[in-house]
Amino acid sequence: MDGFVALYIFMLAAFTGYEVISRVPVILHTPLMSGSNFVHGVVLVGGMIALGQAETPLEQAIGFVAVLLGAANAAGGYVVTERMLAMFKSKEKN
Amino acid sequence: MAIKWLIDASYFVAAVLFILGLKGMSSPVSARKGIIWAGVGMVLATVVTFLTPGMNNFALMVIAIAIGGALAWISGKKVAMTDMPQMVAIYNGMGGGAAAAIAAVEFARGEMHGTVVTLLATLGALIGAVSFSGSVVAWAKLQGVMKKAFRLPAQNAVNVVLALATLGLGAAIVIAPAIDPMLVGAFFILALVLGVIITLPIGGADMPVVISLFNAFTGLAVGFEGFVMGIPALIIAGIVVGAAGTLLTQLMAKAMNRPISNILFVPMAAAGGGE
Repeated sequence: MDGFVALYIFMLAAFTGYEVISRVPVILHTPLMSGSNFVHGVVLVGGMIALGQAETPLEQAIGFVAVLLGAANAAGGYVVTERMLAMFKSKEKN
Repeated sequence: MAIKWLIDASYFVAAVLFILGLKGMSSPVSARKGIIWAGVGMVLATVVTFLTPGMNNFALMVIAIAIGGALAWISGKKVAMTDMPQMVAIYNGMGGGAAAAIAAVEFARGEMHGTVVTLLATLGALIGAVSFSGSVVAWAKLQGVMKKAFRLPAQNAVNVVLALATLGLGAAIVIAPAIDPMLVGAFFILALVLGVIITLPIGGADMPVVISLFNAFTGLAVGFEGFVMGIPALIIAGIVVGAAGTLLTQLMAKAMNRPISNILFVPMAAAGGGE
């Protein structure tokens, strides 16, 4: 990837992240932390590609660990966030 | 060619869904919708990755996803509501570990293209490994596995020396003409120890802020490894979370009336009374 294109992506993504949550209410701090924890579970995709390119047993073993951990990050992050927000919604109705 | 287009387009859509999802989660009205959008993006990105041309080890991939995904899904469903923070910590640590492992695979392949790529892979590995071991300690403390806060004599000095040593090894990896397995191994071990040492003295009440900080760390690590692997979706998701997590850490610390520096580098005078 072109260095400067990557730098632009870095810069814009950083501003986006900052801007997107700048007005979050205090009660949503923990669910949002959990939600952003889920979003970086996309590391799973990187792990899958790393494992897909692995050749030696060592590379395969580490790649396997990467996919395993990435999948756990994504799946666990989703379930926990969903549960927190479900609780939050029922509180709202009351 | 068509497949590559489909994959790139899907990653793009996933990146948009992640940002919309986070935006949704920052308001009480749309919070539920937010996590679902982000979830759709994740499923899309994962499914199209299987179509990537020239990949092997599909059986291993499916087994790893099944084991990791199922264990995390079940534990996340079962855990009591009050135990949620440590679950967030452990899942976050796993993401950091995954980012570090991706870097380790790239080191093992020994095909780094240029100094910048090696630098970012090393930084991602460092941050990811610290986030991994630190989050495991955070989990152990909140879970009650680890009851006492340990404090080394001259804790802050030890932190600084260890951090500098790890950075030194990282710099050696970047400067070295070829990847040295011994150097890489020592670097990973030091980075993991660093994460443990930083987190050990921190008390339970400050943990949510620390978990949020490690969450931002993992985001950064994922973003860096995304650059190494050349996947813009990883860069965007990772850096957005890195920035959002940093801001969120500040907001949480502010809500507790504690500056972050106070939480990470506990003044020695306060140390005795705290525990």
